[in-house]
Amino acid sequence: MSRTTRARRAKREPVGRWIDDRLGVAKLARTALNKVFPDHWSFMIGELGLYSFVILVLTGAYLTFFFRASTTEVTYAGSYDALRGVRMTEAYRSALDISFDVRAGLLMRQIHHWAALLFLASIVVHLGRVFFTGAFRRPREINWMVGVTLLILAIFNGFAGYSLLDDQLSGTGLRIAYSIALSIPVAGTWITSLLFGGEFPGPDIINRLYVIHILIIPAIITVLLTVHLAIVVRHKHTQFPGPGRREDNVVGERMWPTYAAKATGLFFLTAAVVCFLGGVFQINPIWIYGPFDAAQVSSASQPDWYMGWLDGALRIMPGWEIRAFGFEIPNPFFPGVLLAGLTFGLLFAWPFLEARVTGDHGEHHIDDRPRQRPVRTALGVATIAFYVILFLGAGADVLSTTFGLSVNSVLWTFRFAVFVAPVVAGSVTYRLCRELCRRDGLPMASKVSWGEIPSRLLGRHRPPDASPHPAEPDEPMPTHDELV
Amino acid sequence: MTSPEPTSGGAAERLAAACFLLATAAAIGLAVVYWRGGQTQLEGIMLAVALGGIGMGIVVVAKAFLPDEEATEAREPLASPEAEVAKLTADLESGEAPVARRRVLVASLGAALTALGASLLFPIRSLGPRPGRGLKTTPYEGGRKRVVRADGTPVRPADLPEDGVITVWPEGHTDAADAPTLLIHVRPNQGFRPRPGREGWTIGNIVAYSKICTHVGCPVGLYQAAEGLLLCPCHQSTFNVLEGARPIFGPAARSLPQLPLALDAAGYIVATGDFSDPVGPGFWDRER
Ligand code: FES
Repeated sequence: MSRTTRARRAKREPVGRWIDDRLGVAKLARTALNKVFPDHWSFMIGELGLYSFVILVLTGAYLTFFFRASTTEVTYAGSYDALRGVRMTEAYRSALDISFDVRAGLLMRQIHHWAALLFLASIVVHLGRVFFTGAFRRPREINWMVGVTLLILAIFNGFAGYSLLDDQLSGTGLRIAYSIALSIPVAGTWITSLLFGGEFPGPDIINRLYVIHILIIPAIITVLLTVHLAIVVRHKHTQFPGPGRREDNVVGERMWPTYAAKATGLFFLTAAVVCFLGGVFQINPIWIYGPFDAAQVSSASQPDWYMGWLDGALRIMPGWEIRAFGFEIPNPFFPGVLLAGLTFGLLFAWPFLEARVTGDHGEHHIDDRPRQRPVRTALGVATIAFYVILFLGAGADVLSTTFGLSVNSVLWTFRFAVFVAPVVAGSVTYRLCRELCRRDGLPMASKVSWGEIPSRLLGRHRPPDASPHPAEPDEPMPTHDELV
Repeated sequence: MTSPEPTSGGAAERLAAACFLLATAAAIGLAVVYWRGGQTQLEGIMLAVALGGIGMGIVVVAKAFLPDEEATEAREPLASPEAEVAKLTADLESGEAPVARRRVLVASLGAALTALGASLLFPIRSLGPRPGRGLKTTPYEGGRKRVVRADGTPVRPADLPEDGVITVWPEGHTDAADAPTLLIHVRPNQGFRPRPGREGWTIGNIVAYSKICTHVGCPVGLYQAAEGLLLCPCHQSTFNVLEGARPIFGPAARSLPQLPLALDAAGYIVATGDFSDPVGPGFWDRER
């Protein structure tokens, strides 16, 4: 040991010693530092979500120092000429002040918005990764459900966030949300009255959304993120098949030092990207939209991307509603409540549905390659196609003006495409998966005939052999090299 | 990946140091920009370079100097051994059994907790008023009211040219979210047909409909005078003004409610009552 290292060690030791004398954590810390993480680029997508959340909390905290969630009417007198003298709510004025009169305020606002978009994007892509690699299977069902809950919370919080500013666009969005909630049978009028403090626009909604946006949902997200990560630590990360990789081990990089350094580097790089976007690319220019006015039209208003599918569904839905015995189920209930409920309900249930159908209730720590599960992969791609069409449907008016088509024909195209595209995308994917497997000589998941699925879902299926683990490619694949 | 060679180590060290120094410069630059009054784009770029420099530097260090060997860790079975579970069950039961046997205790505790839980729900009721008739009425309710523009001025039929449209409110309520109304002057030759029972609701060819879309409540904005169609910008619902603002395309399922019009003694347009139907988006007991 050289003299310098010894000197350094002598200086460092007392602090570590001091802590360990009081907590006795040396062993625990060493276990943590030696934890092994499998290395694959797709395993870092979830990390991006974590990092954007950190950025959201930091920038968001800064914004709270200036934002006023109040609907009190004031007259603008700030430094943006076009709105001087205009009556507006205090919420909108403080958002303008953040944008024009607080130094670095606009930067923080825009970083916050971009980070929110990235947060949602990484959650969705991460969910896709987990789905297509089968990383939701036993023992990870709980963590899958925690993850889906996080997605729902993130969507709600994103919406709550941009509804606070009380500009024309967000006011319109809030009115749509109000009407969707109002459409819920029996409870709708109560839910909206309690949430908004009365009829739209309601005296309390901005103030309440603020508490929800900056306290309640972030607190729940923080807790669930912690749980999410703790469960990952408990389970140890899944890994792709490869040399020496088995169901009963984890092959990868130790937490300390390399993995930790890379993760830290990734955090800084993520922060750099959103700061660049926030500085250079304008987002949500509320001063152009003006203050909210219930009688004023804001044409071609587009929501943030993660709400696009909902907006598209609202447009594509034909003008049907159910009326009987003097009661009615209004039109927006179907795309706005039922579709969203089905979407997230199916997501929650997926690990269990799949296990029932395949009869595979065993533990899995080796990830599937998507091609080896043609049916799951095809269903996943079909679902994505469905939501992409809905998302594009949200831009039907823009599409029709851009290409000079009538809105009617564009909407009718979407009404068909929303059913056709998933079928096409799904069956192409299915073919492709089988073809790729054949080419690579990979074993494929054993087939379940479509006719059997209902009885399996109902749990009435008797497998011909009594073995609890039917033929499943649990073992590492023969063609290691190209999998790594 | 192979372990780094000494020469490339030197290059990597210089690269990483350059990244860190660049980050330092950018951070100082950020301070200067901020100090001199701030400029959003420059601030963003400086911040990005400062953060990105640190990130890049760390990644370079990690790739060049930190160990890169593959490690393997055993994955122990997750489920606890039977004996462990049995012991835990026994421990839990040592607290449970003495109570569980006493039925009255369990039942009364259950009742207490349920009652407490239910009583904690009551404060939710304070959040908002009982949804009442308010959803079905607007400030037009209760007798004749002049309709006025946003600035509060009343309207004469002559103020509205053919094909003209203006937004009006009941006098004194220009901020009511459920009251915006479209006054439309349809051309006489367009074949406007009033709904049965609403023959007297128009003044000449001036007809009034709620501006709040029956889909999800956006203000219906665009009047295509040539066809007599009203278009909602939000989800493209289209209403036929000539036939009682019946929806002819898009997701809206109900006509825009109509407002009965008349003239007062001074020749201004008044509403003689509330809209024909509840305004705006539908709800469960709208027709009750
Ligand atoms: S609100 Fe008018 S079409 Fe949706």
